[in-house]
Amino acid sequence: MALAAQKSDALEARIARLDRPTAGWTAKARADALARLSSMGLPGKRDEYWRYTDPAGLNLAEAAAAALFDAQGEAPPFDGIDRLKLVFVDGVFDPAASDDPALAGVEISLLSKTGGADLHWAQGLYGTLEAAGQSPVARPFAAMNTAFATEGVMIRATGRAAKPVSLIYLHKSETSDAILHHCIKVESGAELTLLENGPAAARFSKVMEVDVADGGRFHHVRTQGRDHERRAITHIFARLGRESLFKSFTLTANGRLTRNECVIDLTGADAVAHVAGAAVGDGDFHHDDTVFVTHGAERCESRQVFKKVLKNGATGVFQGKILVRPGAQKTDGYQISQSLLLDEDSQFLAKPELEIYADDVKCSHGSTSGAIDETALFYLRSRGVPESTAKSLLVLAFLAEALAEIEDEALAEDIRSRLEGWLSRHER
Amino acid sequence: MLEINNLHVKLEEDDKVILKGVNLTVEAGKVHAIMGPNGSGKSTLSYVLAGRDGYSVTDGSATLDGAELLEMEPEERAAAGLFLAFQYPVEIPGVGNMTFLRTAVNAQRKARGEDELSAGEFLKIVREKAKALKIDAEMMKRPVNVGFSGGEKKRNEILQMAMLEPKMCILDETDSGLDVDAMKLVADGVNALRDAGRAFLVITHYQRLLDHIRPDVVHIMADGRIVKTGGPELALEVENNGYADILAEVM
Ligand SMILES: Nc1ncnc2c1ncn2[C@@H]1O[C@H](COP(=O)(O)OP(=O)(O)O)[C@@H](O)[C@H]1O
Ligand SMILES: [Mg+2]
Repeated sequence: MALAAQKSDALEARIARLDRPTAGWTAKARADALARLSSMGLPGKRDEYWRYTDPAGLNLAEAAAAALFDAQGEAPPFDGIDRLKLVFVDGVFDPAASDDPALAGVEISLLSKTGGADLHWAQGLYGTLEAAGQSPVARPFAAMNTAFATEGVMIRATGRAAKPVSLIYLHKSETSDAILHHCIKVESGAELTLLENGPAAARFSKVMEVDVADGGRFHHVRTQGRDHERRAITHIFARLGRESLFKSFTLTANGRLTRNECVIDLTGADAVAHVAGAAVGDGDFHHDDTVFVTHGAERCESRQVFKKVLKNGATGVFQGKILVRPGAQKTDGYQISQSLLLDEDSQFLAKPELEIYADDVKCSHGSTSGAIDETALFYLRSRGVPESTAKSLLVLAFLAEALAEIEDEALAEDIRSRLEGWLSRHER
Repeated sequence: MLEINNLHVKLEEDDKVILKGVNLTVEAGKVHAIMGPNGSGKSTLSYVLAGRDGYSVTDGSATLDGAELLEMEPEERAAAGLFLAFQYPVEIPGVGNMTFLRTAVNAQRKARGEDELSAGEFLKIVREKAKALKIDAEMMKRPVNVGFSGGEKKRNEILQMAMLEPKMCILDETDSGLDVDAMKLVADGVNALRDAGRAFLVITHYQRLLDHIRPDVVHIMADGRIVKTGGPELALEVENNGYADILAEVM
């Protein structure tokens, strides 16, 4: 009883200064989310799902300050890519810095500005996939996000989007605490590429609900920003229809705390979902990928590919699950999580899980943790390649399988060059 | 060109002594061969010269054109003109063969203060040299040595040597595991590089390779030392009688 009271006090304190609209089209979803949150409470270190990642920094009533990062003239991600830009500064939409949200094949509106009959689709989505994703594992921060999100984009792709939609999250205030909630609907046969980059805030909570209808295709590439002191808790909830495609890749370079949860529900036959991540951390860096893929239909394919490069005491976490429901025959599930530890101070904690209730499936998973291959390093150096370059080559080689999940060549090249930059800045 | 004096080497981990006073001088323009029973320290000598970790030099020296090799990092030795064709070439998943070669060539050029080769120039040169070694374009696209047969790996070593144009080439059992045709290709590759400014140290068990790459001097290594030095006829003697007679004579 004492504990429960303590927990609810902590939750009260956490949400005391957050604002929840009680009117408008999201009001009901928000009220329901608050009810879910209240029954779950905030997570604690004793929760199984938070064993490897301490949620304390996310539970604090106020976000800890995070110094602003100086990119020192380095071009921002996706700089050379033709895209429609939507800019958020500390979680607040900045119309002056954004492009006109008009794009052939796509309807775009803001959560704060949305209303009216044209948004039936969003009303059906907001909080819906998040609520479904609360079982079998509780995700209180996602419910909190649904209840209290201040902004977000509602994107509906009705055809082939003429260019990627790019969400840019700038961090300009040292104590900002941002909550964004996006809903994305890719209609039958439509295709959309979504890009995200930037730290967003000192503390950032983001939920993205993605509903891909039959034959729809959704591509997602994000970088999470180099601010060393930021904290982020993000969720992707995706529901995939028949023969649809979902591909998500995330590059994380630094950040004191990052927890990226990805919950994918393969509901239509022959759907394909790939989720991948490359994380590079130096020093006070804690990066957690928590993934839950449910195969609920026949002949679906899922891949989870997560690679982490850790040094100077950085910590990497992977919790990944493939659940194959009864009847989901011919499932093809693959999961790999690997870390390259560049010194003995760094650590990688992994919990790969398979739970299978169908007999005709192909599922494999693997998790490894290791140091750089000294023999390969010597071989490269013996050919005249300087040690630092040789190490970079080997690190990039290690990350290659994750990067290969980015379909678009130009985007892949952009990510690769960012990694090269990071590696050259973090040689020691 | 290469001068090794009284080189003593032990393993860093335990106290096992492997090289027990190696003396060897290889002059520019010459081909020297080293033969010797398994475990006599031939590969260790080549690794120590190339700068591999795990060995400690307890005495002696090795210089390349007067520069003290043993003080340099492996990449500095390479840039100074030393090349080792590995007995067991290393597989590097995820690093493309072409990327690897170009990075190596340009790193050495940079270290020597030369301009880097453009992608086009590099491609032209590599194509020509690969063709001579019967290495096809598909092999160049694959990760370094991954999925290569034994012979392909050895030819790939020679391709690297041809691209890097080192002045001191050490070949550690480059002939082992090669069939006659592949050996001919490798030997042709080596012979094409022979010139007055370049020297070779060819480690081998067999006369076979030396039929194609005619050595000027042959050394016999046993138990961590060069125990006998002679002309090409010494290799023939080994081929016919094995090492027993020679070892009995010198011990
Ligand atoms: N890294 C190592 N660890 C343990 N033993 C080694 C190592 N390197 C060489 N040796 C030993 O040193 C001796 C010489 O080996 P090596 O130089 O490979 O001989 P060779 O090439 O002439 O066959 C052998 O007895 C071998 O087992
Ligand atoms: Mg050997």
